[in-house]
Amino acid sequence: MEYLLQLKNVSKTFGEVAALRNVNFEVGRNEIVGLLGDNGAGKSTLVKIITGYHQPDAGGEIYWKGERVPRLTVHKARALGIEVVYQERALADQQSLWRNIFMGRELRNSWGVLKVDEMRRATEKLMRTEMHFTSSAVTAESTVATFSGGERQGVAITRALHFQAELIILDEPTMGLSLTETQKCLDFVTGIKAAGKSAIFIDHNILHVYPVVDRLVIVDRGTVAGQYMEQDITLDDLIERLKHLARTGTLENSVPAGK
Amino acid sequence: MSTAAEPKLVSPAAQSGGIARLLRKYALQIAVVLVLLALLAFFIWRSPQTFLSYDIYNSLMSTTPFFALMAIPLTLVIIAKEIDLSFGSIMAWGMAAFDVVFVTTQSVWLGFIACLVAGLFAGLLNGLIVVRLGIPSLVATIGTSFLWRGVVMVVTNGQGMGMTPVRSTLLYPLLVGRIGGVVPAQFVWTIIIAVIVWFFLNRHLFGAHVYLTGDNVDSARLMGVDVERTKTLTFVIVGLVAAFAGFIVSEEVLFFWPTLGDGYLLNTLASVFLGGTSVFGGTGTIFGTFFASFIIALINPGIVAAGWTAYWTQLIYGLIIVVSVSLQALLRRRLA
Repeated sequence: MEYLLQLKNVSKTFGEVAALRNVNFEVGRNEIVGLLGDNGAGKSTLVKIITGYHQPDAGGEIYWKGERVPRLTVHKARALGIEVVYQERALADQQSLWRNIFMGRELRNSWGVLKVDEMRRATEKLMRTEMHFTSSAVTAESTVATFSGGERQGVAITRALHFQAELIILDEPTMGLSLTETQKCLDFVTGIKAAGKSAIFIDHNILHVYPVVDRLVIVDRGTVAGQYMEQDITLDDLIERLKHLARTGTLENSVPAGK
Repeated sequence: MSTAAEPKLVSPAAQSGGIARLLRKYALQIAVVLVLLALLAFFIWRSPQTFLSYDIYNSLMSTTPFFALMAIPLTLVIIAKEIDLSFGSIMAWGMAAFDVVFVTTQSVWLGFIACLVAGLFAGLLNGLIVVRLGIPSLVATIGTSFLWRGVVMVVTNGQGMGMTPVRSTLLYPLLVGRIGGVVPAQFVWTIIIAVIVWFFLNRHLFGAHVYLTGDNVDSARLMGVDVERTKTLTFVIVGLVAAFAGFIVSEEVLFFWPTLGDGYLLNTLASVFLGGTSVFGGTGTIFGTFFASFIIALINPGIVAAGWTAYWTQLIYGLIIVVSVSLQALLRRRLA
């Protein structure tokens, strides 16, 4: 089977610290993968390698639709269709909504002159169709500092979805959200599946991750400790195994990585 | 994004209170212009014989550019959440390059080009030290400030240079002539540079990245903004314009003093901060800096004409920096 994304033997060391060690990780087409693991397990590093922010150490390989990507950069990852909703939302608070939506890929002509009106119009359209902003006080020129947590998440998600993503990475998307906002966010993940796209869903809360994913990958101390198909394991069993992992450092009866 | 015809969006806010919103959006710019006008009115009232004659405005238009020129690109650096304190020394360093090249080649134009290239190089060095080595720009540019001043002193042996040879070239009327016998050319250059920098800041990819870098450098980096290149470029532009300003000052007074640029630090920084550019990065306007530099320029003759001693000027400039930076901090806390 050809994967949408495949990481082979990826390691990443920062100075003396090995954040990832020989990780093999893949995402299938139209698959939602849940990434679980403790703080510092390597989830964020893994995400930043997939988004081109960090380069893996020598020996690690990244494949997109079966083809090797020799040097994945942020721009390359985006061009391929990899989008991220970052934990900290990656917004610029004092800038207007439209500048945030188009951050890092501003519409411009070949001289670099911005197509400001085009970006404003596109943002206004997204506000009605995607973000469902109802307050008339909010315009494309509003600064995002005035937005609520849910609205900010809406901006980050809309931004990821707007640019024809094939793989959407959600890094702790429910953090700091209210119950209704969290439900909206989970609906959004289900929507990705329905739209035929793939996603990597990272969250501390197993109760959020479990119901919306196809496969669960557990990361521990820089390695993939194991993975389960969602239908093969009950939520209670999963929680028990994670507790066991925390105590002993190994998962019981886990499906070997890569199968 | 679909390309289907979209129903025209009618923003309710645009229909009711559009003017109120414009006022709110441009509050800072409007305030700066009002302060300038109020100050002018006050000085005219206190000293009509000075402030109702053309002389004072001629003098303002010819000397304000000395620091306003640098305040404009410095606004970019401060929006990007960095600082440059070396522009005064770069002014002299550019002129030292002119000095050497002119003496060797006897060509004013080659000297002028050498001056600009020297400024550009000094800006690039600032950028590289800050970006590649990760040295805080405050420290890095204090260092390069002493460095370039030292180079100037060594190269010139502390001796100045007459600038009369430039008078016979086109550069003189072009840079410091009086247009129509009335308007100093350097004032027009200040407007031209303000418009160019405004355009790049507000309508170009570079400016968009300057704002994003200063606002939230981590977000900008995650979203693929080349923050290193953006920051470096802001320093390069300051260096280039500082050398240009140094040439204009030397032309206007027809002499290059190796101490050129000393004493511009305070009024240049005061112009940027008074103009509403935040020391916390991410916000600021060229419009504000431009008008604020004329407020700063007006204070000195105003104080003298009002019958106070010029000793007050420095106190007031310092006060302006402290108050405008403190106001920004308070405003920021209220928004957070």
